Amino acid sequence: MILAIISKVLLAAGCGFLIVGSLGVNRFPDFYSRTHAATKPDTMGLILSMLGLALYDGINLNSAKLLLIVIFVAIGNPAATHALGWAALSSRLMPWFRKGREPR
Amino acid sequence: MIRRPDNMIVDVVVRLMVPAIQIFAFYVIFHGHYSPGGGFQGGALLAGSILLQRVALGTERSQLSFPVRYGLPFGIIGVFIFAGTGLFALIMGGQYLQYDAMPFGLTPVWLRNTGILLVELGVAFAVMGVLVSIYDSLACSSDEEGGRC
Repeated sequence: MILAIISKVLLAAGCGFLIVGSLGVNRFPDFYSRTHAATKPDTMGLILSMLGLALYDGINLNSAKLLLIVIFVAIGNPAATHALGWAALSSRLMPWFRKGREPR
Repeated sequence: MIRRPDNMIVDVVVRLMVPAIQIFAFYVIFHGHYSPGGGFQGGALLAGSILLQRVALGTERSQLSFPVRYGLPFGIIGVFIFAGTGLFALIMGGQYLQYDAMPFGLTPVWLRNTGILLVELGVAFAVMGVLVSIYDSLACSSDEEGGRC
């Protein structure tokens, strides 16, 4: 009962993070802030969703697999975005600045 | 001459992830009877682990684990395992890919259960070799100067 409520709260929070992340991908102005919006809320939302599903399922092999998904997403997703941002920065993509405030 | 890694984070994460991906690929291959998966999916995962090394670690260091010249032989060996299983059953008096005709000393039920595993291993090797060699022949230019990748 309590575990079901906690898992539903975690699932709702994860879906909220995913929605915020997709909104940020649409609304942010340039590459760097878009990768920021694409990665951090997605990772957090996926971790919360998988934890919610694992709690809902109880302790068995399926929840262990879900926890493995959590571990590998938490390792791989930020590293992939780090590689993207590093490649963009090393090929001299300038970040976005407000008009009149560009650095020389 | 092997370069230093350009980016330490990507390097360490790739070296951490690749064995896990390969273990999961063999899990998908060997567990293909009971759950979604099988030879093609496991082979694609194996090829993905090799291509992750190719992309992230650079060409010189990825040659250490899976050289370019192994791609097509792996595909050919996989196809030979697949076709050879079927032809072996055919030679031993059954029909093509009739596993219980193979003389492995098991009961026909066990042979039918586990004979598909040979086919799946062959398919996995074929898919891995062909996908890696497709990437290599797209990424490496063997005609230009240097000629190595």
